[in-house]
Amino acid sequence: MSGIVAGALAPHPPHLVYADNPPQNEPRAECGWEMLRWGYERLRRDLPEHDVLVVLSPHWQTYIGWHFLGVERLASKSVDPVFPNLFRYTYDLQVDVDLARAICAEGAQAGLVTKMMENPDFRVDYGTIVSCHLVNPKWDIPIVGISSCRSTAFYSIEVMQEQAIALGEATRRAIDASGKRAVLLASNSLSHRHFVTESPVPEDMTQEHITHHGQYLWDMRVIEMMRQGRTREVVDIMPEFANQAISETDAGALTWMLAAMGFPETPAELYAYGTVIGTGNAVMGWTP
Amino acid sequence: MGQIVHGFICPGIPHPLLCPEANEGWQRLNEGFEALGRQIRESGATRLLIYSTMWPSVIGHQIQARPEPEWVHVDELFHDLGSIPYRFRMDAAFAHALKERADARGLHARTVDYDGFPIDTGSVVALKLLNPDNDLPSCVLSSNVYADRAETIVFGKATRDAIAASGEKWAVGVVMTLSNRLFTDFIDPADDHVHSPKDEEWNDKLLEFFADGRLEDIAQLSRDIHRQIRVHKVVNFKPMWWLSACMGQHNRYTGEVHAYEALYGTGAAVVGLAPREGGVGDKEFDEDAVETFAGDRNVLSGSSTAPQTAQEPPARSADRIDADLDEVPAPVGAYPHARRVGDLLYLSGVGPRQPRTDAIPGGPIRDEDGQALDYDIEAQTRAVIENVKRILEASGSSLDKVLDVTAFLVDMDRDFAGYNRVYAEYFTPIGATRTTVAIRALPTPIAVELKVIARA
Repeated sequence: MSGIVAGALAPHPPHLVYADNPPQNEPRAECGWEMLRWGYERLRRDLPEHDVLVVLSPHWQTYIGWHFLGVERLASKSVDPVFPNLFRYTYDLQVDVDLARAICAEGAQAGLVTKMMENPDFRVDYGTIVSCHLVNPKWDIPIVGISSCRSTAFYSIEVMQEQAIALGEATRRAIDASGKRAVLLASNSLSHRHFVTESPVPEDMTQEHITHHGQYLWDMRVIEMMRQGRTREVVDIMPEFANQAISETDAGALTWMLAAMGFPETPAELYAYGTVIGTGNAVMGWTP
Repeated sequence: MGQIVHGFICPGIPHPLLCPEANEGWQRLNEGFEALGRQIRESGATRLLIYSTMWPSVIGHQIQARPEPEWVHVDELFHDLGSIPYRFRMDAAFAHALKERADARGLHARTVDYDGFPIDTGSVVALKLLNPDNDLPSCVLSSNVYADRAETIVFGKATRDAIAASGEKWAVGVVMTLSNRLFTDFIDPADDHVHSPKDEEWNDKLLEFFADGRLEDIAQLSRDIHRQIRVHKVVNFKPMWWLSACMGQHNRYTGEVHAYEALYGTGAAVVGLAPREGGVGDKEFDEDAVETFAGDRNVLSGSSTAPQTAQEPPARSADRIDADLDEVPAPVGAYPHARRVGDLLYLSGVGPRQPRTDAIPGGPIRDEDGQALDYDIEAQTRAVIENVKRILEASGSSLDKVLDVTAFLVDMDRDFAGYNRVYAEYFTPIGATRTTVAIRALPTPIAVELKVIARA
């Protein structure tokens, strides 16, 4: 079977890689955020065979159009500008440039502004790196990296959602035409109000909790809807979710993935929910 | 003592650096950077400090502290314009000193000293164009996403503290555009223009203010600017709060607009601000100027709040305190220097007069005929606070136990800045609440008086 074989909500707090202590990352941790990391382990076990990971990251922010990684091999060091104490990761990844070009072209055909990124010195954003590491720590599968066009800032969340839906549908058409088996990764948290201070020991789990009860209520509401297969409703309430819970879904990644999968009505599998420096994060999976 | 000898703003979008030849306006911006660089050097600056709106931070305020950061930078949006190799020279000692000053004012700050740390495009552009030979050791500061006006102003004051202690002459500036709405599609460079007439009008208004040197007035307009011409990428338009607080919160500058052009739809200006003597212009002071930050910084640790004590303090009588007149000035009416009620001390209004002699440090504000005299508000303020200190110590308390201050000034426009400077020297670490009001006159020819409540 080719086409989209699975989709996952794959949040990218660098804390999870930090706590994993992979050899690529410089800082070392004692522990931390196990529920989320073990959830990723279960997600990895459940993913069907696939040829490519297609990831949309809020931390590649492009204010003009949706951009696609367009260099076959990208190797460098990713340092998180917000948490450089936790994430300094040496990566070496393969890009499926053919599929990236195909999605880029389909998006343009659908009326979106799209662009290939072909500068070999380009540094891949840490959101893409974190989500891909947690889904495929071996890095033995090529990726397609897509930026987040921040139409939210220029127009509204609604416009952002419409564009993300159009991009999702274009993504599906391009993947179907490619004959490849793709897993889609929506790289974002749910509620996204951070703490503004950091514990002296970042992995001190006694300090970890949701920033605000209201954010937790929103997270549970959205997760429950996805567990019941009500993904169209999730997209319908996305503007309210983004406004009230300062959700990172405003970047369009979740909407893009759900649209690409035809707004699945099958219940999503919840692998884990946990907070990271106050934000709400769920690891969830869908199979068509 | 270190000082700020020049201020500036400049844009951080990379076209004036990477492809100035593609558009005449981008070329003029490039030349504007050159002119500003010359002006900075003519000012005698020995250091360069940049607050970048293109470096957002979440965990407090980040300060670049790597002595020689080196990388090949590529902009995440305009990656097709090419790569920017850089190697900068940073003043790491200043970065660490600023972190300490920020901590002392109640902020959360940290230095970053990591190989490969991603210096933002705006800082890279500004440093490459203003300091191409690295002759000025520099420092770069982040713009905290969540910081409100109070926190941003306090960060500016912490920066000012660190500059004063540095012994160097600093040019300080902000990387930002005026209106920040980019086009939403790629354009032919020849077609570049400011996105809308509304943005253009606001930009013109701001440039007039800059040319007149009205920095604090622009800072006071920040919320309006944010609503009118800024795409809401972060909470609030805050760089002018920082810059004005850093440069003294006044309008005494000579502004020079070196360039103003459209830059992919945004309004990009290169402006220099040279400090000058003179009046305060149209400074509004419609909002209080915060000295230390006591805001929402402890969401992690509910335990940081001091536990409530169940035990009531022992009841004490309302004791009248008349201090030794060899040590403190005599009252000018039928009142004591202080009264103690329970654990609190209430002081009568205290002026700068000296014990026994009634001499007024800094001079009286008028002569016996009522003619106005020149006087030194800083000397008067210092004498007032020293008197307060002596009365508190005579009452068994001390200056660091002051909880609340009410200040009376007879000439707010003339005296606020000087009074505020001296006040900060004494009270910044104490963090007492304060109210400052203008009044018509005081009973003796003095310009300032303080009313104080303190812990006994």
